[in-house]
Amino acid sequence: MSTAIRFVRRGISGFVLRRVLLGLLTLLLVSVIVFAATQALPSDPARAILGRTATPESLAALRKQLNLTGSIPGQYAHWLKGFVTGDFGNSLAARGEPVTQVLGKRLENSAFLVLIAGEVSIPLSILLGVLAARRRDGPFDHTSSLLMLALAALPEFVVGIALVVLFGTTVFHWLPAVSLIPPEDTPFQHLKALILPVATLVLAVSPYIARIMRASMVEVLESDFVEMARLKGMPERHVLWRHAVPNAVAPAIQVIALNLAYLAGGIVVVEFVFGYPGIGSALVDAVANRDLPVVQALAILIAGVYVALNLMADVATILVSPRLRTSLR
Amino acid sequence: MSVLEVENLRIEIEGTGIDIVDEISFHIEAGEVLGLVGESGSGKTTVGLSLLGHQRRGAKIVAGQVRVDGKDILERSPAQLRALRGGTVSYVPQDPSAALNPALRIGRQLEEVLAAHRFGSSHEERLREMLEEVLLPTERSFLRRYPHQLSGGQQQRVGLAMAFACRPRVIVLDEPTTGLDVTTQAHVLATVRMLCRAHGVAALYVSHDLAVVAALADRVAVMYAGRIVEIGRERDLFLASAHPYARRLVEAIPEISGEHELVGIPGTAPRPGHRPTGCFFAPRCDYAVDICREQFPPRERVAERREVRCHRWQEVLAEAVHDRPLAAVRTNGASADALISIRNLQAAHGERPVLFDIDLDVAPRQCVALVGESGSGKTTLARCIAGLHRNFTGELALRGIPLRPGARNRSRDTRRDIQYVFQSPYSSLNPRKTIGQIIGQPLRLFFDLPRRDQHARIVHALERVQLTSSVVDRYPHELSGGERQRVAIARALVSEPALLVCDEVTSALDVSVQAAIVDLIAELQREMELGLLFVTHNLALIRTIAQEVAVMSAGRIVEHGPVDRVLDQPEAEYTKRLLADTPSLESALAIAE
Amino acid sequence: MTAVAPAAAVAAPPVGRPLTILLRRAWRAVRTKVGVVLVVLVVALAVIGPFFAPHSPTEFAGIPYSHASSALPLGADNLGRDVLSRFLWGGRSVLGLALLATALGLAIGVSIGLVAAYSRSILDDVLMRAMDVILAFPSIVLALVAVATVGPKLWLLVLVVGFTTAPRVARVTRGASLEIVERDFVQAAEALGESRTRILFGEILPSITSPLMVEASLRLTYSIGLIAGLSFLGFGVQPPSADWGLMINENRQGLTIQPWGAVMPVIAIAVLTIGTSLIGDGLSRAAIGLERGGGER
Repeated sequence: MSTAIRFVRRGISGFVLRRVLLGLLTLLLVSVIVFAATQALPSDPARAILGRTATPESLAALRKQLNLTGSIPGQYAHWLKGFVTGDFGNSLAARGEPVTQVLGKRLENSAFLVLIAGEVSIPLSILLGVLAARRRDGPFDHTSSLLMLALAALPEFVVGIALVVLFGTTVFHWLPAVSLIPPEDTPFQHLKALILPVATLVLAVSPYIARIMRASMVEVLESDFVEMARLKGMPERHVLWRHAVPNAVAPAIQVIALNLAYLAGGIVVVEFVFGYPGIGSALVDAVANRDLPVVQALAILIAGVYVALNLMADVATILVSPRLRTSLR
Repeated sequence: MSVLEVENLRIEIEGTGIDIVDEISFHIEAGEVLGLVGESGSGKTTVGLSLLGHQRRGAKIVAGQVRVDGKDILERSPAQLRALRGGTVSYVPQDPSAALNPALRIGRQLEEVLAAHRFGSSHEERLREMLEEVLLPTERSFLRRYPHQLSGGQQQRVGLAMAFACRPRVIVLDEPTTGLDVTTQAHVLATVRMLCRAHGVAALYVSHDLAVVAALADRVAVMYAGRIVEIGRERDLFLASAHPYARRLVEAIPEISGEHELVGIPGTAPRPGHRPTGCFFAPRCDYAVDICREQFPPRERVAERREVRCHRWQEVLAEAVHDRPLAAVRTNGASADALISIRNLQAAHGERPVLFDIDLDVAPRQCVALVGESGSGKTTLARCIAGLHRNFTGELALRGIPLRPGARNRSRDTRRDIQYVFQSPYSSLNPRKTIGQIIGQPLRLFFDLPRRDQHARIVHALERVQLTSSVVDRYPHELSGGERQRVAIARALVSEPALLVCDEVTSALDVSVQAAIVDLIAELQREMELGLLFVTHNLALIRTIAQEVAVMSAGRIVEHGPVDRVLDQPEAEYTKRLLADTPSLESALAIAE
Repeated sequence: MTAVAPAAAVAAPPVGRPLTILLRRAWRAVRTKVGVVLVVLVVALAVIGPFFAPHSPTEFAGIPYSHASSALPLGADNLGRDVLSRFLWGGRSVLGLALLATALGLAIGVSIGLVAAYSRSILDDVLMRAMDVILAFPSIVLALVAVATVGPKLWLLVLVVGFTTAPRVARVTRGASLEIVERDFVQAAEALGESRTRILFGEILPSITSPLMVEASLRLTYSIGLIAGLSFLGFGVQPPSADWGLMINENRQGLTIQPWGAVMPVIAIAVLTIGTSLIGDGLSRAAIGLERGGGER
């Protein structure tokens, strides 16, 4: 925790406040990185976008549109001001539409995808982790740990393509290989098209949560207080769910949050694989088209999701650990 | 019929056929406390847990009986075992801070024992009673606390309350006072004794600390390498043990009177799977003859309720116990000029002050003991001197030259002159370096020596601490705790210092090893004419090694003077209380008389 | 003291250099052996494969998406090039770039993590906050931002992937070192006046080699996925070069007709990443076993 803001109030509200401030600071630094990466590089983005054959007039026009005139700090201030007020600029590709308009619908689609994937994977992986830990080194533990290890190792696009080959195109033909959703529809109306992308995300994320949950449970089950609970004559079920699980969840919360945030990045590839109309595929298109305003907006948005989830995880961890709660008082 | 009878118990490492403990037999009457003593790795906790039909991962009870009121518990089903645990047989753990669930309130944890065993009708009333019995506050607010909101002593009392909750027949206490300060320890022990007597509970008290056991137990069983080597009444065992190991163990215990020399036991106890044929103690035993190396000694009855496993117990018993050598006369070779002098030193951890107005001198060739309980600030003071704790003000001078805080700010010669030996040799030696590299480090930093001379000096340093030069290429994990501490001492001495600071150097070691290390340090101090600051919490050690003692409490030196004077006629209240509360064999036996 | 599990208290201390002991123990596990075999297989394929390629990877050898035949054992790709030849050529770029990026990330991350853990000052806070900021981007997003500005350059891939690897390594390094820094042998070295650099790299670094080796294999696994993924998205290795990620992208439209062009690279990448992570897991289990004092699990 940063010493710089330790003077802020004590207690849980003080803690949340500190974390929020820290999150905002992170976001500010994130914006500096995004700005630096997209605008302050020594190369001229306008020339890079338009190519060698561009006329001086068109270059100047684009520079103006990209807000590339004036001093660097001045550019940054102007750019940041736009961001804070919800003005992300205009897309360079989509006929100059405002970025907010280009992304609005796609944001909903992506959120839908991520939420479903999260809702499936979190309970599933917690259960898997607890079950594996309960019969440690048993056949279920061995099988599931190897499977989780392999799944965690595979890049999402490999999982995605493998699922397409298995269920979409080559082996079976059960499910659509692409998830095209017409702009006027909601993803809710095309649930069948969502199965493969959701499955890919679940397979990409669950192994991590399941493994941390298992590791955490194993440690807790080896602890003195679990042994003590058994030596007090507590029934095994009571030992497992009342004594062990509450203590094992705390370390897993951080990983769950991290993985939900990771889902926000994972959708980039998954949406591209399935042609799903969300912000991930929008980002890939924008990068291909060098549509810098869209890239900037999405990068900061995704980072914002990460910061928010981390914040929630920190607070949740505090709430489930009496010890940490007291130390804040 | 005894409440508890253990018969020929054998516990193996699961799936290997290698025994951890074997041929364990003893019994305990109602209201009796049996002390089970042994050094680390002797299997005493393993035996303790088996009384609840429980074994830790990797261990398995393969033979024998554990009978409670005549019924063998090892034949019980898991459900019957659950009913037994916490009900008929209960357990008090070693480390209460780890054994209480950090996520549950104290009240819940106490009540669930009653609920699980359907004990009594009114839980609320019984909870009150339980808290009263162990002298804990009975307010409701106390029950709503979480374990981390209690002191170490309170946590252990909660553990006791839990164990006595359902009026058990048998209770297993597994070193329940480790880590508590002596005063708290004395109170907890008194509570245990009172409760066992009052409720007629048969208690097994597992401990490595013979003095504590002497103060509490009616009878004592001594374990060595997975076997009970001697069992008998506490007085017989401590005053005239019939087993050479038990005898040497008693001799290795430091005594406050300091009359006798501390004698360690050379060598280490054999691990399971590496135990010799014949008597396991034979390789370390002065009495060993051929038969000891060939045949495992049978259980022999020495007297009523007293048994021993030794081929030569009659010879051992015939020898008078107090042939133990008297301590050498400690000459005070100190000269007038202080080697290190401390005046008006104040130190803090961050914002929190921990040391106040410290004045202390150590003269050349003098040993000053710094005694205090954990948290008294004694280690911080030692670390200030060694340049490891920088946050202090006041005067600190070596041979009259002021020392700056922080080793890096001091000259090379100063750093060489003051050497520090840390508490735990498990932490003070880099596990990734060979012993040669570890001892070579100060040589490289302080002396510009050609490689060949370096090697010679390393070998010499090793010999000085009674290690062979063959360890030069070994890694720390290949050595025992005592050997590692010898290496740490060798590292300190290889730079030929003027002052040696020893910080609790024996507290991580077993009793038999501790004695040998203290002996070694005392001898080296005389030989090398070192000034020595010996920091310890163990009052009984200081008479063996020091000429002067400073007693610390809450960051201040409360009493300071010659060792004999301070120990025999303490002036400060704190010193008196410390002396009274420190368990010792002598006082325990004196009371028993 | 007596709290040690019996099994752990029992095993005799293994003899020899801690690193050697770790490797020997890791090698004893079947999964490590399987992992090593898989990795060696794919690396051999990538390194010596090109010498066995029947065609040039860029030469048009048949009708697009034509099926396997004796001339084209795995058929032709979307442009009619030999799938087998492109497959044999296509591993070098992924492997090389991923190795470079991982090495870069390790070097930066380890240095930052060590300094942060040892500094015990505001520097620790500052460094780790900076790492957090980079961590706020999923790696692929940061890579895409860079590509959007500079364009798809291979050196950029190495730089960006290394850059996103570093904070993760730094965290692990710092985490492992924090406990080491508190050990007395570090203090002993300080009291002797050992230099800071020597304490960092001579005392602390050797003590964290096992978590670092585990982390290195994990990071390598992700770097492979990330670099192949970027090529798959079209921002890595550029056509007409042969590259596994690129091949999947080029041939996925034809999956129904001629799956081999996409399936072969998918299999190769899967085998490689599973192999590296099996090795990592073997190391990690061995390291945990050693910490516990020698238990076999």
